[in-house]
Amino acid sequence: MTRISEEQVRHVAHLARLAVTDEEVHKFTEQLDAIITFAEQLNELDTSNVKPTSHVLDMKNVLREDKSAPGLDREEVLKNAPDHQDGQIRVPSIIE
Amino acid sequence: MSLFDHKLSEIQSMLHKKEITIPDLVDESFKRIAAVDGDVKAFLALDEENARKQAEELQESGKTGILNGVPIGVKDNIVTKGIRTTAASRILHNFDPIYDATVVNKLREAGTITVGKLNMDEFAMGSSTENSSFQKTRNPWNLDHVPGGSSGGSAASVAAGEVPFSLGSDTGGSIRQPASFCGVVGMKPTYGRVSRFGLIAFASSLDQIGPITRNVEDNAHLLEAIVGVDPYDSTSANVPGETFAANLTGDVKGLRIAVPKEYLGEGVSEEVKQSVLAALKVLEGLGATWEEVSLPHSKYGVATYYLLASSEASSNLARFDGIRYGYRAENAENLIDLYKKTRAEGFGDEVKRRIMLGTFALSSGYYDAYYKKAQQVRTLIKKDFEDVFESYDVIIGPTTPTPAFKIGEIIDDPLTMYANDILTIPVNLAGVPGISVPCGFSGGMPLGLQIIGRHFDEKTVYRVAHAYEQATDFHKEKPAL
Amino acid sequence: MEFETVIGLEVHVELKTNSKIFSSAPAHFGAEPNTNTTVIDLGYPGVLPVMNEKAVEFAMKAAMAINCEIAEETKWDRKNYFYPDNPKAYQISQYDKPVGEHGWVEIEVNGETKRIGITRLHLEEDAGKLTHAGKHSLCDYNRQGTPLVEIVSEPDIRTPEEAYAFLEKLKAIIQYTEVSDCKMEEGSLRCDANISLRPYGQKEFGTKTELKNLNSFNFVRKGLEYEEKRQAEILSSGGTIDQETRRFDEATGKTLLMRVKEGSDDYRYFPEPDLLSVIIDDEWKERVRASIPELPDARKKRYMEELGLPAHDAKILTMSKEIADFFEATVAAGAGAKQASNWLMGEVPAYLNAEGKELSETKLTPENLAGMISLLGKGIISSKIAKTVFKEIIENGGDAEAIVKEKGLVQISDESALLKFVNDALDANPQSIADFKDGKKKAIGFLVGQIMKASKGQANPQAINKLLLEEIQKR
Repeated sequence: MTRISEEQVRHVAHLARLAVTDEEVHKFTEQLDAIITFAEQLNELDTSNVKPTSHVLDMKNVLREDKSAPGLDREEVLKNAPDHQDGQIRVPSIIE
Repeated sequence: MSLFDHKLSEIQSMLHKKEITIPDLVDESFKRIAAVDGDVKAFLALDEENARKQAEELQESGKTGILNGVPIGVKDNIVTKGIRTTAASRILHNFDPIYDATVVNKLREAGTITVGKLNMDEFAMGSSTENSSFQKTRNPWNLDHVPGGSSGGSAASVAAGEVPFSLGSDTGGSIRQPASFCGVVGMKPTYGRVSRFGLIAFASSLDQIGPITRNVEDNAHLLEAIVGVDPYDSTSANVPGETFAANLTGDVKGLRIAVPKEYLGEGVSEEVKQSVLAALKVLEGLGATWEEVSLPHSKYGVATYYLLASSEASSNLARFDGIRYGYRAENAENLIDLYKKTRAEGFGDEVKRRIMLGTFALSSGYYDAYYKKAQQVRTLIKKDFEDVFESYDVIIGPTTPTPAFKIGEIIDDPLTMYANDILTIPVNLAGVPGISVPCGFSGGMPLGLQIIGRHFDEKTVYRVAHAYEQATDFHKEKPAL
Repeated sequence: MEFETVIGLEVHVELKTNSKIFSSAPAHFGAEPNTNTTVIDLGYPGVLPVMNEKAVEFAMKAAMAINCEIAEETKWDRKNYFYPDNPKAYQISQYDKPVGEHGWVEIEVNGETKRIGITRLHLEEDAGKLTHAGKHSLCDYNRQGTPLVEIVSEPDIRTPEEAYAFLEKLKAIIQYTEVSDCKMEEGSLRCDANISLRPYGQKEFGTKTELKNLNSFNFVRKGLEYEEKRQAEILSSGGTIDQETRRFDEATGKTLLMRVKEGSDDYRYFPEPDLLSVIIDDEWKERVRASIPELPDARKKRYMEELGLPAHDAKILTMSKEIADFFEATVAAGAGAKQASNWLMGEVPAYLNAEGKELSETKLTPENLAGMISLLGKGIISSKIAKTVFKEIIENGGDAEAIVKEKGLVQISDESALLKFVNDALDANPQSIADFKDGKKKAIGFLVGQIMKASKGQANPQAINKLLLEEIQKR
């Protein structure tokens, strides 16, 4: 039984904003299916009473004081930008 | 003999006696790079002009310190202001950072001189450094072999004598495995020991920066310089500063060593097993005792790791979208096309594979079955370590099941490649520190001994590693380049 | 068929901390584009968030003020989606452990009070701002990382009027806590509305639409009214409502389709590995609770019970903490409560509306307002003069009494001085005397007017009236 279909791979690629060719979809489906099948060995374990670990250290309440400092110069903000106009970063229109 | 065959304390003593100068050290580094990096291909970028300038300034300043004036190489996923930083990805091919990572600031305070940026698997995803967008680094011991990964450039540059030490990062073994493959010392500190601010995130809950050196003592010195709580990293731990190097007594009498049977089991080559058993004999000879134990869930480590690390990566790497920095695809028809083309053209296959796996594991309807399940198994793996550390001081096993494989040998087989990290991954999942030190050779390729300690007990790990190192000669071997 | 309307609101409120939620960049409105950012806000490779303690406290404070239960442990999660105003391509928000849950706000519509449930209040980061320039959009990241609370109401609202009242009340409460300015025109308060219809008596909710681009409370009301009608027409003619997002068009007052929702969006929420949980203990909770001032409803009650204000006055005055505080200070400075209320509900807002100003931008103070009210009460100035004095003190400030003296605006009550005005007027208007004697009482009004004009409004009108009647009989 396959764990992931080509259609799902296309959907996942869309969610992740990756353009994929038909050939890639085919290849990734095979590879991801193998990896997911491998990952299903975790189902051998009963984890119904196990708390999930998000943070490996038991630390809490790390907070910073509300102090402000001047921001970056705009030149620095734009330095790495592929495209900009009037001090702002330019992208294709968000209106479709 | 190279200046870098001396340990740091000797280099400082030579500087003190004015037998050498700081510019000599930097010169040594660039000469060696010029001589061998065409073969090794460890460096992605060099900063020669600045490095030489800094050397002059430090020489003038009269500043002292164990690391002062010593050249260093930095893995290319650690952000360096003024030196192009790419994480070996096309998507950052032109990225010019406007800030320094916390570790880079700390190195500057300690007086090291960054000579350049080191190759790696793209975004630290890989075990061979073959996944770099730019070049394949080769193992100095045999150029047909991989240096390991993802910190392949960091390990190879130290093994090749291009720099006396370097920084790497370790998410599932990315410092220890290449250190093992290249016959050098690599430490993955406790999660939270070193600030991650400025480390281009792969898997935030697993990533740690650590040192790669020629010997244990230097490693301890370098780690001392970069540890500490950082107001810019919420997950950096506020534990008292410790002196690791001053604690290298050579004394391991009464040390209780645990050897997990899973670490000498199926898939681990006979020569690797024998080298570990021989190492245990050496430690026994020094007064330590060892017993076989079990880490029953360690076999689930690889699956757990790939689900968790890929999920976090799918989110961490979403910011590479061609909007504010880095590569942007041309001729995009609209915004969504811009995103998709930029990321399809900017990322390599392994990165795409993991982004898709992670996106899938987090997606609606699959989260509980994959992501949450993996987090629960992580709890069990962590508990395995806690149980063993109740009765033992360190856990010892091999770093990798086999020595370095050939370039191109398994690149097209993700699962076999992933299996390489089977012995290092559980350490990241548990958040504990682990070091790899040279412990032998197999077919002319180095082998590594992995020593794992309790949370924040790098001190003991270093002490054991140092005692073993001093009782053996493997670390004195050098590749014939 | 008759339908019942079901409305739920999602309100976003920016918190006025000094710095952003995860970085030290200033969190202020109105700076030049891309000048209030750090590498953290821009989502540069390698950066990490660190939680602003004040942001957590402000969120707690707001949650407490709307009667939420405060979480013992609160944590953050990543909400993943690509958009140019979202630099990391994930928003750090809260999924399953928000700061506050299960609160309520009491509203009053047509004299009846009603409780609107609050599902949750969570703390998250604001996004950048996009503007359109032809074929392109431009990104300004100044707003990125401003701390934001999202307040989600239960679907307890039944009319657009209730929605309006809820927003006014919520805004007043949040302003009282001083965690936000709640200025819709600056975007520090924003609102989306969900609306569905169902036949009366039906338990299940109908299919809802989500309204966006609601830039004032009035537009919220208008948008909901339009949508109510639109949905009712479709349902009455046997149609079905599509689950979609609609935009309110201010020019036409209509709602227009933005996009159809394809199932639920897959945001792939997961716990933020770069931030740790925050444990809120009782001591911290109580400390924050103690910092919450008396809220509008409590003040309203006090104004009615202790100061004897009518309910209407008390409600209007307490809608804004600024006005309520000003009112109390005016009373403390010696003004009668009702007199102060009359000015603060009448001339003051009329002036502010006409000038387009905020009270704080004027020179009016509780002291000079009270001083003027006192002069009026003592009969030293007439109400006509008072308007002149008011204009003077709200525009240029200063002490009312001093102004009256300096400008010679004191009311003339001295009989001999007034007699001269009266006789001058009678001398100049014999026809009026004749009219009066013919029984035309209105002639007195004309004469008073002439005298007020001649005295530049300073003559005491009551005294004039009396003297006029006396003098006219003598003629």
